[in-house]
Amino acid sequence: MPDGMKIDLPLAENYENVAPVLVGAGVDWLDALRRDGLARYGALGLPNPRVEAWKYTNLTRMGRTKFISAVTAAQPSLDQIPAGALDIDAVKLVLVNGRLRPEFSDLDQLPDGVTAMNLAEAVAGKSPDLQGVLRAVVSGHDMPMLALNAAYLNDGVVIDVEKGRAIDTPIHLISIGVSDEEPVAFHPRNVLRVGDGAAVTVYESHIGLGGPYLSNGAMDIRIGEDALLRHRKLQNEAENGYHVATASVVLEARARYENYTLHVGGLLVRNEIHAVLSGSGADCNLYGAYAGRGNQHIDTTTFVDHAAAECTSREVYKGALDDNARGVFQGKILVRRGAQKTDGHQLNKALLLSEGAEIDSKPELEIYADDVKCSHGATAGELDEEQLFYLRARGINEAEARDLLVAAFLEDSLDVIGDEDRREAFRSIISNWLAGRSQRQED
Amino acid sequence: MALLEINDLCATVDGKEILKGINLSLDSGQVHAIMGPNGSGKSTLSYVLSGRAGYEVTGGEVLLDGKNLLEMDPEERACEGVFLGFQYPVEIPGVPGTTFLKTAVNAVRRYRGESEFDAMQFVKFVRAKAKEFNVSDDMLKRAVNSGFSGGEKKRNEILQMAVLEPRLAILDETDSGLDIDALKLVAAGVNAMRGPERAMLMITHYQRLLDYVVPDMVHVLFEGQIVKSGPKELALELEKEGYCQFFETAA
Repeated sequence: MPDGMKIDLPLAENYENVAPVLVGAGVDWLDALRRDGLARYGALGLPNPRVEAWKYTNLTRMGRTKFISAVTAAQPSLDQIPAGALDIDAVKLVLVNGRLRPEFSDLDQLPDGVTAMNLAEAVAGKSPDLQGVLRAVVSGHDMPMLALNAAYLNDGVVIDVEKGRAIDTPIHLISIGVSDEEPVAFHPRNVLRVGDGAAVTVYESHIGLGGPYLSNGAMDIRIGEDALLRHRKLQNEAENGYHVATASVVLEARARYENYTLHVGGLLVRNEIHAVLSGSGADCNLYGAYAGRGNQHIDTTTFVDHAAAECTSREVYKGALDDNARGVFQGKILVRRGAQKTDGHQLNKALLLSEGAEIDSKPELEIYADDVKCSHGATAGELDEEQLFYLRARGINEAEARDLLVAAFLEDSLDVIGDEDRREAFRSIISNWLAGRSQRQED
Repeated sequence: MALLEINDLCATVDGKEILKGINLSLDSGQVHAIMGPNGSGKSTLSYVLSGRAGYEVTGGEVLLDGKNLLEMDPEERACEGVFLGFQYPVEIPGVPGTTFLKTAVNAVRRYRGESEFDAMQFVKFVRAKAKEFNVSDDMLKRAVNSGFSGGEKKRNEILQMAVLEPRLAILDETDSGLDIDALKLVAAGVNAMRGPERAMLMITHYQRLLDYVVPDMVHVLFEGQIVKSGPKELALELEKEGYCQFFETAA
């Protein structure tokens, strides 16, 4: 075993036993990549408030759970895909505890121009130029969980869209976390490359059974020149699920990225998006909503890096927090020297539905160019008393009136999804969340 | 039994006494106007009757068909048949007009022991009403009052009254902010809703509306009390002489 493969930190205690069975162990570049990841994780430690980027989200408590690695654990048996995923017509790629499961997936129905394979096949040489993508772990940032993901590089799926192809059929990645007896941790690494001039829609649903489990996923996204990626994600993990996800997105010239993320599940959630607008005229759109209750903690962290001129970025998140739920929004826009004519806007709006709910917003602008248009904002408030009274004065009871207003607040975020059927898939998840909320009020 | 019976009603807002012993009785089929200068307590009366938070009743009683209204939540009052037409209808972005109306109508029907409308029945029902009260399909589809003009908002209030079929309609400054054409449309809507099965309380600053909706009685509210009541001609008298006669008496 190479040196430095043993560190005494949560989630890495048994690493030396797992390392030898990871796919491609012994291949130099893979070993090096994993070793770097582990060393970086060792240096940074499990995220805690002393790490600036994790000021509001503390994983120390999660770290006390003795997770076993899904790589060495038995693959759980599963008869069917559990409930909770988005209900949309799409080609499904299903991962259970991070590993692609062909029996649930539509691998034989992939549209022309799209290839998909599990990471093991890809690193074995079937997917070209993978090294560069996987090695480009975002540097210069404190990202211990991404480093940990690299250390465990083994599972995940690699999707490529041929250049110039407009793909009509969406692709739906469904991640299922399952832990029955022992808590399981998995670290899937997905890769999505959209060729120049291509267009594709990719959905993600994250669901789970049992728990606790940790899904510490990473996704590398490359969008070629003039290409379009619509990327929509539902995070609906099991109640005891931990969900940490890091998406690293690179946009080439005139590429367009449309991200929409809805969070309703999980116990502790950190969703991080790093977008680099590396070619001029690129257009990055990050939208989403989060709905939390009980003791849920939902953290949305974004970093939009304007590295080229004449790029546009838009960011709007809306959150509804009930009970003792806590929301975190950290959004940073960096405009580099030379990124003139940048147009960047960012907004987080939170609705606090109970005394115990909390939101921490930290919007940040860092600008080194002089001809730019940038803004950021954050609001937090309660339901509007005048609107509530208006509805009640028409005979609608208070609980129903509140639900109508919360639904309106959250569903407003769906306007960015153009297609009504697909909006409906997210809307029904929001309705279920609201129904669960009223149900508990009656109990 | 009177449809609405207000006896010695006193109420405070932020600890300040605004209503100082209101007495008023309204029979089924009647339309009464309440006039008064700014700050006399007109809007406070409408909010106290409809149950808005922040208005504390410190004395007296209000009976609707003999039932104690003041013990009820706003939604219960609405289901019992109280309708408040707002002076400034609030915009509710994100809630489609039809969803709002359907939820309201079905809440009231459920309360009254009637079967709820399904989607098809409701669309048919509301379309007919909307046509009758000059509300376009587009206005129905849009979010409640969002981006509506002043006239559209008031027409929308009248439509809500029409679909909820209240026992008691309280119309708070329904004429405010309307030009003459919009006023005529709204007045026609109000007149269409007049009937033996309901009573209306029209709260207004100006006599203008009363040219189009002719009341059975006019009351003058001044400094939290009804200081004068009379037939519809009282409104004309007020228009000519203003409210200063009451200020002089008070002084």
